[in-house]
Amino acid sequence: MLGLIAGIPYWAQSLLRVLGGIVAVLLPAGTIVYVFLFKMMSFMQSRLGPMEAGPFGSLQLFAEVGKWLQKEDLYPERADKFIFKMAPLIVLSSTFLLVAVVPFGPDAWFTNFEAGVFYALAVSSVSVLGILIAGWASANKYSLLGGLRGAGQLIAYELPMVLAVIGVVIQADTMNLQQIVVAQNAGSIFGWDGLGNPYILTQFIGFIIFMIAVQAELTQTPFDMPIAESELVSGYMTEYSGFRFLIFFISEFATAGVFALIASILFLGGWGVPFSWFGWTSIDSIDNWMNVVGPLIMFTKMMLLVFVIMWVRFSYPRFREDQLQRFAWKVLIPLSLVNIMATSVLKVAF
Amino acid sequence: MTMLGDRQQLAYIASQAADARVNVELETEGMTLNIGPQHPATHGTLRIIARLDGEQVVWAEPSCGYMHRGYEKLTEVRTFPQVTALVNRIDWLGSFANEVPFILAAEQLMGIEAPPRAQWIRTILFELSRIANVSLVLGDLGVQLGAITPVFFAFRDREYVLNLIEGATGGRFHPNFDRIGGLKDDLPAGFIDETRAVMRKMRKFCDEIEGLLFGNEIFEARTRGIGVIPRDVALQYGLSGANLRGSGVDWDLRRDQKLPMAWDKVDWKVWTHPDGDSYARCWIRLQEVRESTLIVEKLLDSLPSGPVMAKVPRIIKVPEGEAWVSTENPLGEMGYYVVSKGELGPFRVKIRSASFNNISIVPWLLKGVYVPDIITILASLYFILGDIDR
Amino acid sequence: MAKVPGLLKGLGVTLGTMVETVKKGANTVQYPHEKETPPIRARGVIALHEGNCTSCMLCARSCPDWCIYIEGHKELAPPRRAGGKPRQVNKLDRFDIDYALCMYCGICVEVCPFDALFWSPEYEYSEPRIADLLHDKAKLGEWMETVPEAPDLEAGAEKKGKK
Repeated sequence: MLGLIAGIPYWAQSLLRVLGGIVAVLLPAGTIVYVFLFKMMSFMQSRLGPMEAGPFGSLQLFAEVGKWLQKEDLYPERADKFIFKMAPLIVLSSTFLLVAVVPFGPDAWFTNFEAGVFYALAVSSVSVLGILIAGWASANKYSLLGGLRGAGQLIAYELPMVLAVIGVVIQADTMNLQQIVVAQNAGSIFGWDGLGNPYILTQFIGFIIFMIAVQAELTQTPFDMPIAESELVSGYMTEYSGFRFLIFFISEFATAGVFALIASILFLGGWGVPFSWFGWTSIDSIDNWMNVVGPLIMFTKMMLLVFVIMWVRFSYPRFREDQLQRFAWKVLIPLSLVNIMATSVLKVAF
Repeated sequence: MTMLGDRQQLAYIASQAADARVNVELETEGMTLNIGPQHPATHGTLRIIARLDGEQVVWAEPSCGYMHRGYEKLTEVRTFPQVTALVNRIDWLGSFANEVPFILAAEQLMGIEAPPRAQWIRTILFELSRIANVSLVLGDLGVQLGAITPVFFAFRDREYVLNLIEGATGGRFHPNFDRIGGLKDDLPAGFIDETRAVMRKMRKFCDEIEGLLFGNEIFEARTRGIGVIPRDVALQYGLSGANLRGSGVDWDLRRDQKLPMAWDKVDWKVWTHPDGDSYARCWIRLQEVRESTLIVEKLLDSLPSGPVMAKVPRIIKVPEGEAWVSTENPLGEMGYYVVSKGELGPFRVKIRSASFNNISIVPWLLKGVYVPDIITILASLYFILGDIDR
Repeated sequence: MAKVPGLLKGLGVTLGTMVETVKKGANTVQYPHEKETPPIRARGVIALHEGNCTSCMLCARSCPDWCIYIEGHKELAPPRRAGGKPRQVNKLDRFDIDYALCMYCGICVEVCPFDALFWSPEYEYSEPRIADLLHDKAKLGEWMETVPEAPDLEAGAEKKGKK
């Protein structure tokens, strides 16, 4: 984005970035909720989902938001009120911070950050803090259990996620997300460059581990025990209602979108098309129209990945807390370590 | 009273011991978690008082009675036909099955027997209500374990069975179709063909649930070896129904008892599972739905013709006497002990409902399990609050 | 053949259902726009044929939760034949069913010796105020139009005289 708006004053640049960030967070969140939560889930359960608000219920989300905004701002009597009110904002802020490093096109980015992968993984764990204090501040036993489970789970799955990404970083030789996209699309498979070299092919194990970890980070079924509506009522969100619940709700689906974006950058080639198609050689030689097409490609890839996330969510029962930890520490982490080993050996070999 | 006092004292000692153990190890306090009376997993108003050490249950006790409606007392001021309308509200998911044992007890006292066609139709409707009831729990199982889709499948396909029951009896949930001496009416035309089609649908539903839930590795990890009830413990606590058969006891009142019903006229299999864990109980239920669809089809093949009502006086007075009849209801053994003094209504009715006995094992079963397993175990024991509290 | 892992099979079931829903439509009914017809025997609402009622109170007495209220008085009607004695008839003053209490067991319809009560499968009579669920005899009489003919019986049934 810097490339596009370099000529205008700094305050205007900042404003545009904030607006762009809001669009990049809310638009995927709204689309995901409508397409997957309202419609796909309903179709999988042989029903139609919301049909009354707008054509095919497309305005249902606005109706829901309107409903939530009208509700009384309730908090428990014994709650630690300041922290209680902070928690949803912390969770949401992690989503906004995350989207800041996501490149949408050759020049369409908010920040082109050298250690982008590192930053993204670090920032994504800020939401743990929000969940933990939401659980603690609610003064509710179910919330407390949910918050503790959430903290344990998110920290446990942070590790395989990081380790899965290391494989990509080794292969791309960079931690800059933009460079990772370029490396994939400029790459070639044994000399054939018709598809570039999307890392889902070479890093397939890493991709699977990353997606499982994303599923857990998003607390989607089968890893939704921090919420676990049949056990803990609603986990750390039990006492939240109205506007504050809305923030949790938005951040849940917005984060799903942002993680899918990051996964598509790391493994599916991000905004790019294979450079050989148009005879590009480096990032500077890319035509300007990619700044418009790039976000659309990203959006398509994001929807594809979120489809998988949601499909799994609507089909599976959930693990138990100890089984989840065992799965993370005994299966995913060793597997990702082996993956890193193999990647570095092959990297040196080729 | 002394019994209760003792029990409370024991519970207190256990909790103290648990606290002591926890404190020695980690210097932490236990936590008492009230699961219910309003909680998504108790599908009704059951309260489980659980003393937790972290996420592990040290002791747990169900506290029931939040929905006590006093059926035994209500029956004393109602006439026999009115009681049938009442008792099918006990286990509200399989209501026709609640009427049958009561009617059979009254018939036994009057010394009459329903004509064969009525017996056949009673058995068919009994099995239909079992299918409606148990297929819902198969979906509900998914919700308790975190999968949301199975329950929609269950509601979708149970609807067909309820439509059948409504078409025949007029009531979806509360048929009130059984009368002393027979049935209110014969089946409407087209019932047999429709039922056959629905039975095929229900078998497809069972396959879907098996693919979605029972074959799922996560489901197996959650249920295998969780809440194991050994055979002798199951017998000691007086479990019945699929919970008992899941512990390897080959006991089914439909087969083991001589009643004026049509179960003994067709061949069918009683399913048992030796494991006694949650998976076994759920698996038995799945197999029983399949078996019930087969029973219904076989009964439809051999449906005799004739009247559906024996000769009974218009004003029913049941002669003096006492009778006990129990049947294998969807939830387990359900029985009525009817005492009549020769009046319009019963003098006293004792209701033995399956769920009340089935949850009596909960304190024994929940010791040492994790919080998520409480939900698994309760879902696999399968109770209905109306059936516990009556 | 190798066994398909249960996890994949589960995904297949949900995907299959989604495709089926998209192709064949959902199993649900969009209620206010389209309506299912209840079966003929469905116990929706009780209709009163006032002319047949003799206010004998059998229904009110046999109701398990006493939700039928009947008041009547005796009247002298003109004689059938000229010069005969005036007949005594029972006039129905009040016949109310409180649908807030009714549990739809159907005992009143069954005990009525003069065929004055019928079941109708109509079900759309919910009210914003609970007191409006008390249907008086005029309203109960209106339901008579919706009472269907009794259905044919399944093969092998013995014909009965009852409606």
